[in-house]
Amino acid sequence: MIDLTFTLNNHRETVNIDPETPLLWVLRDHFGLTGTKYSCGMGICGNCSVHINGKPQRSCTIPIKHVAGKEVLTIEGLGAKGLHPVQKVWDAEAVSQCGYCQPGQIMNAVALLKTNPRPSDADIDEAMNGVLCRCGTYQRIRKAIHTVAEEV
Amino acid sequence: MLPATAKLNRRQFLKLSSGSTAALILGFNWSLASCSESQESRSTFIPNAYLRIDHNGAVTIVMPRSEMGQKIFTSLPMILAEELEADWKKIRVVQGDLDQKFGSQTTGGSASVRTQYDIMRKAGATARTMLIQAAAEKWNVAETRCFAAAGAVHIKAGHQSLKYGSLVALAAALPVPHDVTLKDPADFRIIGKTHNSIDGLSKIDGSLKYGYDFHLPGMLTAVIARIPRYGASLKQVDDSASLLVPGVVEVVPVSAGVAVIAQNTSAALEGRKKLKLTWNKGQHETLSSQAIFKELHDALRQPGEIIRKDGDPSQARKAAARKLDLTFELPFLDHAPQEPNNCVAHIHEDICEVWAPTQNPGSAFRAASGVTGFKDTQIKIHTLRMGGAFGRRLQSDYVKDAVEVAQHIDVPVKVVRTRSEDIKNGFYRPATVHQVSVRLDASDKPLLWEHHLSGPANGWAPIITGGADELAYAIPHQQVSYVMTELPIPMGAWRSVAHTQNGFVNESMIDEIACSTGRDPLTFRRELLKNEPRHLGVLDLAADRSGWGSKLPEGQARGIAVHYSFQSYVAVVAEISLSTRGKLKVERITAAIDCGTVINPDGVHAQLEGGVIMGLTAALYGEITHKNGRVQQSNFHNYPLLTMAEMPVISTYIVKSTEPPTGAGEPPVPPTPPALMNAIAALTGKRITRLPLKNQLS
Repeated sequence: MIDLTFTLNNHRETVNIDPETPLLWVLRDHFGLTGTKYSCGMGICGNCSVHINGKPQRSCTIPIKHVAGKEVLTIEGLGAKGLHPVQKVWDAEAVSQCGYCQPGQIMNAVALLKTNPRPSDADIDEAMNGVLCRCGTYQRIRKAIHTVAEEV
Repeated sequence: MLPATAKLNRRQFLKLSSGSTAALILGFNWSLASCSESQESRSTFIPNAYLRIDHNGAVTIVMPRSEMGQKIFTSLPMILAEELEADWKKIRVVQGDLDQKFGSQTTGGSASVRTQYDIMRKAGATARTMLIQAAAEKWNVAETRCFAAAGAVHIKAGHQSLKYGSLVALAAALPVPHDVTLKDPADFRIIGKTHNSIDGLSKIDGSLKYGYDFHLPGMLTAVIARIPRYGASLKQVDDSASLLVPGVVEVVPVSAGVAVIAQNTSAALEGRKKLKLTWNKGQHETLSSQAIFKELHDALRQPGEIIRKDGDPSQARKAAARKLDLTFELPFLDHAPQEPNNCVAHIHEDICEVWAPTQNPGSAFRAASGVTGFKDTQIKIHTLRMGGAFGRRLQSDYVKDAVEVAQHIDVPVKVVRTRSEDIKNGFYRPATVHQVSVRLDASDKPLLWEHHLSGPANGWAPIITGGADELAYAIPHQQVSYVMTELPIPMGAWRSVAHTQNGFVNESMIDEIACSTGRDPLTFRRELLKNEPRHLGVLDLAADRSGWGSKLPEGQARGIAVHYSFQSYVAVVAEISLSTRGKLKVERITAAIDCGTVINPDGVHAQLEGGVIMGLTAALYGEITHKNGRVQQSNFHNYPLLTMAEMPVISTYIVKSTEPPTGAGEPPVPPTPPALMNAIAALTGKRITRLPLKNQLS
């Protein structure tokens, strides 16, 4: 167990923890931030995606020690000061079905739009392909990303 | 329709006046219709309620069923709010716990809207009637001079109005009317108009708590090292290293294996890794897919149970001019909802309390009761939200896990599964084998349809037969029969149940008849369905919108399928392309549904989109296989889901209808795989009879 300090949703936090603990469980069990979801535990499905230093990452496979000194943004932090434009469009386009994967989808979409404000279908395929949705909301996700690109 | 015994002849009014908080709770008790007046205010029968209106005007609707992505937490309240003439912005929805007064609380069979439609309408209409009566009394005018709209009662041709909140105390004192007038559907202003999900925001800001997210003070988390193969049992446990892991509290035996209880999830997982376990192999060590399918083929040599016989099959066999035979093989499928199974249980002071993301709180109750031996009043089941279900959460194996672990500790415990545990410990859509034999007369008209199928239904035939005996095509002689086998593998209902297998078989075979006799698959279907207007309705709509019959570029083709299930009709047209290297792309899917009266159109479109994708995923990749007595798949790398880049453009259409509402969740799944495979047959001449497709084209 060691002390690790990182920035979580713009707040500096220190945890005393096994450094190998995946970030996902630190977020969920230690900070109660359950918006970041467990689904595959192997970095395959992207449901656990958060931003680390602004880049989308799979929190289920990243040991907390690799996050020391870095900035982590979760779905809760994304909308902390009112809904992010991507979240607003997600709502307007009625993307969610069960909703479980949507925080991960949104975190990846936000990251995509930050680096590529007008993504093509191919760009969306590449950026979003690894984020799985068993309900099958992909078509609406694609539409929502295009809508954000047009509006913002 | 309501069963006769469920007539609204007895309603209870519950005054919950405590201090200044007046509330009107209106409940219906179908099953306890004869309960007495004395069960009114403050009685123990208070939970028998769908609707509560607070003095501040807030309308709370209690949901007797589970929300798992099908959006009934929006569609059911829409029905009630329609009749209540409520202000939609004031509607709040809460999950009802397990309570016998709701009747069946199982969410399945695409039945929520179909079965709750009349109940929700009458619940709203009764409240509206009483609120109007209360206002009329207050104003001392005839009720006929009053009307309800937008959460208030108004006087016709007048300016006075009273908001519902201000009428609560008065309405609560009135007797409940025996009969109420429902609205004329022509006056509907909520039903039939798209409403965004009432809980939509909570799904995109991370605030919605699913089962996996549920937390109680002092709660511990456990994971189970599970018996690794069917029939195996635990031989020896060495938990010494496990107990040294910081955060691990206890290691306990449970019927599914060995549970590691810890202060948090990662400690529990780490503790499980450190267990040293040895197992007795048991009697199913050699169980394999090969052996299973051999047994299913062998089973077809038995005559089995006949479930449909039309005309005179043996006579037709002799009279036939031509014969077409196909054998189909379909795999086991896992549900793989995004959220793996989990459950919280707490046994305290002779009460067993369970918080489960479940489609079937009644089954959760039976699981808890089976473990503890507690009486009805000692078990409380709370239904939590779930990240998908698709039939998997009709089962309560994961509730049993949690209750068993909870027996060992005096704090609440959440037992969670990893993805691998979830996939390897499923209640699978059974594998099936189907022999279909069709005889045609001299003019190539189908004379006889014979379908003989086998599957490991483990005593529950509908999970292999559903849809097999409902072929709608006008074929004068038909015989459908099945042979049921047994396996040590748990089986369950998978989104649209046996319609996934039989819909594929029926629609592939019908297509094969059309193709092999040189007829257009749409025209051929239309001829045999000429007395089935609702089949024709969806077929024509999907065909028209897909541009059926128009020329496609080289290397592309369309396939069509139509299927009736859960009282709804869906037709699907799949448009595909095949590269010169044999790479398939599903370009476009056009789907049309007839599910009667539509409550929330966008919700139906969403179910069509999702059902199509679930069907495509199954058709292309879905397969659970067995080797050495265990499931071979473990995660999304070897049980893949369709991804964004593989997405076709999906266009969905709804047939306008005033028929009673029926389901939308399951019916889009069955016609999708055959539409896709029929397109492949049209393009390549190759009839795919074994799913999934995987690399059969390369």
